[in-house]
Amino acid sequence: MRALNTLQKLRPEQVSRLKAALFIACLIPVLRLGWLALHHGLGANPIEYITRSTGWWILTFLLVTLLVTPLRRLTGWNWLLRLRRMLGLYAFFYACLHFSIYIWLDQFFDWQGIVKDIGKRPFITVGFAAFVCLIPLAATSTNAMVRRLGGRRWQILHRLVYAIATLGVLHFWWLVKKDIREPLVFGALLAILLGARALWSVRKVTAGSSTAPRSQTI
Amino acid sequence: MLIKRVSDIVPSEITPERVYRERRQFVAGALALGAAAGAGALGFSMPRSVSAAAKLTNLLKSPLSTTGEDLTALKDVTTYNNYYEFGTGKEDPSENSGKLRVRPWTVAIEGEVKKPKTLDIDELFKLAPLEERVYRMRCVEGWSMVIPWVGYSFSELIKRAEPTGKAKYVEFVTLSDSEQMPGVRMPILDWPYLEGLRMDEAMHPLTIVCLGLYGEALANPNGAPVRVVIPWKYGFKSGKTIVKIRFVEQQPKTTWMLANPHEYGFYSNVNPEVDHPRWSQGRERRIGEFGKRRTLMFNGYGDQVAQLYTGMDLRKFF
Repeated sequence: MRALNTLQKLRPEQVSRLKAALFIACLIPVLRLGWLALHHGLGANPIEYITRSTGWWILTFLLVTLLVTPLRRLTGWNWLLRLRRMLGLYAFFYACLHFSIYIWLDQFFDWQGIVKDIGKRPFITVGFAAFVCLIPLAATSTNAMVRRLGGRRWQILHRLVYAIATLGVLHFWWLVKKDIREPLVFGALLAILLGARALWSVRKVTAGSSTAPRSQTI
Repeated sequence: MLIKRVSDIVPSEITPERVYRERRQFVAGALALGAAAGAGALGFSMPRSVSAAAKLTNLLKSPLSTTGEDLTALKDVTTYNNYYEFGTGKEDPSENSGKLRVRPWTVAIEGEVKKPKTLDIDELFKLAPLEERVYRMRCVEGWSMVIPWVGYSFSELIKRAEPTGKAKYVEFVTLSDSEQMPGVRMPILDWPYLEGLRMDEAMHPLTIVCLGLYGEALANPNGAPVRVVIPWKYGFKSGKTIVKIRFVEQQPKTTWMLANPHEYGFYSNVNPEVDHPRWSQGRERRIGEFGKRRTLMFNGYGDQVAQLYTGMDLRKFF
């Protein structure tokens, strides 16, 4: 109980320390890949391995980023919000790695082939779309950009992350040959995170217009 | 004067030391892997391919072998596999197939044949002289290997079974034993895994009954004790752990066709012109290489097999 109370009211310097620790922890997946690469630990098809691994981490970071708001709402731990930008930027960081690996190691800068791939292969189309949509979010992640855009407009823009995560899960789903268990888990978690938001916003609307007839809320 | 003598020694016999060294590395790798698996509290067993490899002797060199290509390292051949009976991960077969009992083993020959019979695995080893067949292996996923298989033409077996005039296709039924194969407990595919060939494809000398690789009996992750290899088709056509061979009149239903008929056809010939609905088949990554290479029509065996498909629309019969 006491531990929960402490979490409720973290001091600013505690949050900073937590953030620093999290920053380093988020680098572990890429450091691990580097270590494995140096020690021949990436298996028979190293390029496939690092592509899959970075892809898995993008989805994980997107889901963790999307977890911040509901978790904060449920627990009242407002400091969680201070970690959100970094988590989102890590999703972008791993997306950049993932995309570079595709361009460089998979396609070897065969631009014609890449353009054809993006246009013709639905799983690549959605993956590429998700990556492109991440760029404006990363670019407007600074405090200065939030001020320039204004909080409301910034918020609307950043709701793009819902679409990005959905496209990311689709990208994974359409890529696997038959065993869809993993994409299914990502999809279910995403559905919960987005579903919670939908539920809350519906409730907010109904609470705000209590005079409206009930049928409108359905 | 220097007299050059053409060697009759098969490639795998020239390189026993390399194979031996690789096996040493493999053991070390397996130990590390085992430790990792142990940490995951999943339980583990040493890949059987390490301990049970039986050296095959008196292998004939086959003129049908592919030449001028580097062989894929044994370690990669035995640890990077699609073999869903042991899990869908590429390393699952090498980690989970250790418990598979490959003896005693029998293969039932039945259906439209004059001489239905059940062959013991030892009879299969003696049915015809064992040859080393170096073949390219192209997976439908876009990667490839070059593997020195050991076996003999499947036609040797067909001749002894004496199929009747009604036999138009061959169906391969493979082992489905949930006790020994953890992947079979999951409904990812319809078990048992079924494959099939048209009679003329099965009779083609390139199609082999495969009992070994790299000069040794087949390793469990590669389909021990007996499988088929059809080098001009995508890898999934080459069924592993065969328990039954049926000669039939109608085109058999194969597992991947049942799983997804839009993506996997009965023929599944390697064809860079006909893409998988979701990805290109134009290029492939040779395991052990960095870049990608162009995929060859019929996996480079067009001179030998193209005539089997004369007049057929390969887009329709993919």
